[in-house]
Amino acid sequence: MREITYDQAAGEAIRETFRSNPRTVYVGTDPVLDMQKEFGEDRVRVTPIAENSFVGAAIGLAGSGYRTVVNLRMATFGFVAMDQMINHAAKITYMFGGQARFPVLIRMTVGAGFFGAAEHSISPYAMFMNAPGLKLLLPSTPYDVKGLLKTALAENNPVISFEPFLLGKAKGEVPEEDYSVPFGHAAVRRKGSDLTVVALGRMVPEALAAADDLAKGGVSAEVIDPRTLVPLDTAAILRSVRKTGRLVVVDEACQTCGAAAEILARVASDKATFGKLKSAPARVCGLDVPIPFSPPMEKFAVPDKSKILKAAKGVLR
Amino acid sequence: MELDKKTQAGLYETMLTIRRFEEHVAREVFDGHIVGFAHSYIGQEAVAAGVCRHLTVKDKIVSNHRGHGHCIAKGADVNRMMAEIYGKKDGCCKGKGGSMHIADFGVGMLGADGIVGAGLPISTGAALAAKLEGKKNVAVVFFGDGACNEGEFHESLNLAGIWKLPLLFVCENNGYGVNTPASYAMAAGDITRIPEAYHIANATVEGNDVEAVYEAAGAAIERLRRGEGPCFLECKTYRWHTHFLSKDIEDLRPKGEIAAWKERCPVATYADKLLRRGTLAPARLQSLQAKVQKKIDDAFAFAAASPYPKPEDALADVYSA
Repeated sequence: MREITYDQAAGEAIRETFRSNPRTVYVGTDPVLDMQKEFGEDRVRVTPIAENSFVGAAIGLAGSGYRTVVNLRMATFGFVAMDQMINHAAKITYMFGGQARFPVLIRMTVGAGFFGAAEHSISPYAMFMNAPGLKLLLPSTPYDVKGLLKTALAENNPVISFEPFLLGKAKGEVPEEDYSVPFGHAAVRRKGSDLTVVALGRMVPEALAAADDLAKGGVSAEVIDPRTLVPLDTAAILRSVRKTGRLVVVDEACQTCGAAAEILARVASDKATFGKLKSAPARVCGLDVPIPFSPPMEKFAVPDKSKILKAAKGVLR
Repeated sequence: MELDKKTQAGLYETMLTIRRFEEHVAREVFDGHIVGFAHSYIGQEAVAAGVCRHLTVKDKIVSNHRGHGHCIAKGADVNRMMAEIYGKKDGCCKGKGGSMHIADFGVGMLGADGIVGAGLPISTGAALAAKLEGKKNVAVVFFGDGACNEGEFHESLNLAGIWKLPLLFVCENNGYGVNTPASYAMAAGDITRIPEAYHIANATVEGNDVEAVYEAAGAAIERLRRGEGPCFLECKTYRWHTHFLSKDIEDLRPKGEIAAWKERCPVATYADKLLRRGTLAPARLQSLQAKVQKKIDDAFAFAAASPYPKPEDALADVYSA
C-alpha cells in the first residue's frame, strides 16, 4: 500500500470532501494555495489573525447551511477562540433545542517535543472534554487522521481534531480508495495479555516501542489507542483491563484532571473491572508545569518510552 | 415623504407587540413567576421594528442578551417564545435556552446570546453564507454600545470590511454597558468613528423614532443587497429597566435621565403621530391595541398550558443527529 504523511492524509480528507460537497468553506490564517486553486478563493478563505472571529464566522456559516473547516494551526492559538468554541460551538445546538445543525470541523496541533516552549507546546483536549457538545479527535496515524476527518466532515456537530504536531511528517499506509474511521471505536494497536497500555496521540508510537521492549523480557502488553476522546470507547478499555488486570495510561498532556485521569476513573468505578485489577493502575503524563524550552528540561517534562517502561514495571511488580 | 399607511401601522403593531410582551415578562419576573435572567427591551422597540421591517425570512439576524424585541420583529412565534421564557416543553428551544437564548431558525432568527459581543462573529458567517449563495439576502446583527469595547466587535468589523459582507451592524446605543456609561467606557467617543476607521459606511439615527430607523435601515439594506459591502447604523436609544429585570438591584442611572427618556417613549409618541396624521382613527388604534393584547394573552395561555419538560429531557440535543 502507498505511504503518505499524516499531514498529507489530513489534506486528502478535506479536499475529497470539498470535491463532493460544494457547500463547504475553509477558513484559516494561511493561504492554502493548492486548495484555493482547485476550489476558488470564495470557498478557501484567508482570514486575518483573529481567531475568535473566524471561529465565530464558521459557526455562523454552519448555522446557515455551510459545512466549515477551520484551521487554527496550534492549540495555543485556539485559546484566543475559547469564547466561540466553548460558549457557542459546544452549546449552540443544545441551548437552541436542537433546531439547527452546526457542522464545523476545527483543527489544531497539540503536543510537545519540538522545542516550542510553554505557549506553543500544549495538549488541552481535557479542557474540551469538560465542555459537552463537542466531539474530540486525537488521531495518531495517517490512516486514522484521514479516516476520522472523513467522518468529521459527514458529521452534523462541531468536531475538534487535535493533531500532534510531531506526527505531521510521520508516514503511514493510507489506501487510495475511500474509507472512513468511525468515532468511538478504539484501535487495539498490539494484542497482549499481561498489561494494558492506553496511549493517546503521540504517545501511541512511544507505547508501541515500550511494548516491543517488554516483549523481549517476556511481558505481553496490549496497546490501546482510543482515537477519539469524545466519544470515548470505554468498553474497549474495560474489556482489555478485565483480561490483563493491569493498566498504564499514557498521555503527554499535564496529569492533573487530564484524559488519563478520566480513563482511570472509568476503570476504577466499573465494579466488574475494578475486581479484576491485580495492581494499582498508573499514569504516565506530562508533568504539571508549562513546557520549558531548554531541551533537557523539555525531555524531563514529557513522557517517553523509558518512562512508560518504568511505570509498566511498577504495575507488573 | 410619508410612509404608506400599511407600513406605519405595521411598525406600530410590531413595537406594541414587543412592549406588551415585555410588560408581561417584567411583571412575571417581579412576581417571581419567571426565573433566571431576563433583559428587557422596553424603550428600544423602534430599533428592532424599524430594521426588521425590511427583512424577509431568507435574511438572517443575530441577536444579543436583550433579544426578545429582535425575535418578535423578525417574526418568531410569540407563543413559543413565551413558553421558552417559562422553561416549558413547547418553547422554541424546548425550554433549554430560556430568555437569553431564544432562537427561531425557521424565520432566520439565528439566536440570542448571553455573551456581550459574541454574536458579531457569528453574524459575519451568516453574512458570508448569504454572499456565497448570491441571492441578495443579507444578515443583520444587533448589539449594544457595551459590545463595541469587545475585541470580537473590532474583529468582526474588520472581517466584514475586507470580505465586503452583506452585513448590517445595528448598534443600539442605550448609553450604558450594564451600569457603566458609554461616555466613560469608550475611548472613541462617537461610536461611528469606529466603523469609519474600518471604512464601513455608517450613520447615526434617533433610535426612538421608528420612521428614522426604518428609513436609515432601508437605505443601508439596499446597499447590502446591491453588494456594496457592510453598513453600520447607530441608533441612540434607552432601556427603561435595569440591565436585567430584578427587584433586588438598584438602577444607578440618574432618575431625571430615565424620566426624560420615558417622555420620549417610542411606542406612545408614534401612536400620537399616527392619530395626528389620521393614519389610524382612534377606534382603529384601539382595536389594534386590543388585538395585540389578545396575542400576548394567548401567548401566556399557550405557555401556561404547556408542561415542563421531563427532567431526563436534559440529556437530549447535546448533539444533532
